[in-house]
Amino acid sequence: MKMISAAKFAQAQKAIVPARAYGVGAMSLYDKTTVPAEENEKKVFVAISSDRGLCGALHSNLSRALKAEFEKETREDTKIISVGEKSKVFFQTANSKDLLMEFKEVGRNPPTFVDCAFIADQMLKSGFEFNSGKFFYNYFKSAMSQIIKEQPFYSVEGFSKSPSITVYDSIDEDVVQSYQEFQLANAVFYTLKENYTSEQGARMVSMDGATKNAGEMIDRMSLLYNRTRQAVITTELIEIISGMTAL
Amino acid sequence: MASTLIRLCSKSTSTICRRMIAQPRLIRNYAEAAAAPVAQPGQMVFTFAAPDEAYYQESTKVKQVDVPTGTGFIGILASHVPTFGVLKPGVLTVMESEGAVNKYFVSSGTYAINEDSTVQINAEEAVPIDALDKELAKSCLHKAQSELSSASTDIEKAEAQVAIQTYEEILAA
Repeated sequence: MKMISAAKFAQAQKAIVPARAYGVGAMSLYDKTTVPAEENEKKVFVAISSDRGLCGALHSNLSRALKAEFEKETREDTKIISVGEKSKVFFQTANSKDLLMEFKEVGRNPPTFVDCAFIADQMLKSGFEFNSGKFFYNYFKSAMSQIIKEQPFYSVEGFSKSPSITVYDSIDEDVVQSYQEFQLANAVFYTLKENYTSEQGARMVSMDGATKNAGEMIDRMSLLYNRTRQAVITTELIEIISGMTAL
Repeated sequence: MASTLIRLCSKSTSTICRRMIAQPRLIRNYAEAAAAPVAQPGQMVFTFAAPDEAYYQESTKVKQVDVPTGTGFIGILASHVPTFGVLKPGVLTVMESEGAVNKYFVSSGTYAINEDSTVQINAEEAVPIDALDKELAKSCLHKAQSELSSASTDIEKAEAQVAIQTYEEILAA
C-alpha cells in the first residue's frame, strides 16, 4: 500500500516544480496589486479537494477552514463551490443551500490544464455574478506537512476598480476580460496541482501507517494461530495417550 | 585557607556562568528560503512557464523577449512600462544577455509586466520551435479547414478558426 502511494507521490512531486513556477508567476499580478474590498459584494468560496479519501484529515480540515470563513460572511451573498466529492459530502448536510456547484471526478488522475479551464468556464457560466472569491487549498510543504492557504481571485469588474491598476499601460475592457478569464483557469490549475501533491503526500503517510498497523496485526494473528495449533495438537496427543493407557 | 579556596571556586564558577550566558544560543534551524531576485537597473526578472515545464524561473539573464500578444507583437526590455494581457499563437523569442537566442512556440496564455521590472509569461502550451512537426501541422490544418466549412454553430466556427490560426502560425514558425 505504501509503495503504490509512494510511487504516485514521487510523480506528483516532480510535476509540482514547473506547476509552481507557472502558478506563482500567474498569481504575481494579484500579489502586486491591491483590490479593495467592497460592501455587500458577492463572493464565492471554492473548496479544492478530491474524490478520494484515505489521506488523513486533509479534506475535512480544508472544508472546516472554509466553513469558518464562510460563517463570517453574509449568507445571501456568498456561495460555496466544491471541487471533489469529499468537500461536497462535508457541505451537503448543513450548507446544501449555499452550494453553488460541485465538480466530480477530481483526484483520480493528475489535474490537467484542460480540466481546470473547464472548471473555470463553468464558474463563469454559473449565473452567480461574483465580484471576488477565494480558493481554499492545501499548499504542499512536504510529505509530512500541508498548509491550508487561500488564493483570492476577482471578477473583471472587481479587478478594474483596483487603484493600482492605473500603473498598467494600454489596458482596455477586452484585454482585462480575457486576461481575467485566463487567470481564473490558471488559479484553478495552480491550486488543484498543489492540492493534488499534498494529497499524495498525506496519503503516503497514512498508507505507511496502514502498512505498519497491518504488520502488527499479522504478528498478533500468527501468534494466536500458532497457540491454537499448539492447543489442538496437545489435546489430540492427550486423547491418543489416554486411549493407549486405557487399553 | 579553605575559605579562600571556596571564594576562588565561586569566583571561577561565576565567570563560567557569565561566559555561558554571553555565548549565543546554538539552535539548528531550517535554512531560510532564498529571497526572490530583485531587478537591478537595466535588468528584468523573467519567468516563462507552461503548466508542465518551466523554461525560465525568475531569471535575470534575459535581455529582451518578443511576445505575440492579442494586440500585436511586443518586445519587452528591462523597465518596460507595466502592462498585462493575453498571448496569441505564435513564436516567442527570448534573447539572453550572453547572446543565446531561444525560440518557443506558444499557443495561448497570459503575460504581465510589473512596475518592479518582473515579467511573467504563462503559456497554455509552449514548446521549443524545433520540436514542432510541420508535416503533421499541415495535415491538421486541412482537417481544421474542412471542419470550418462544415461548422454550423458560431462556437464551432470560432473553434475551427482558432485551430486554423494556430496551425498557420506553426507552419510559419
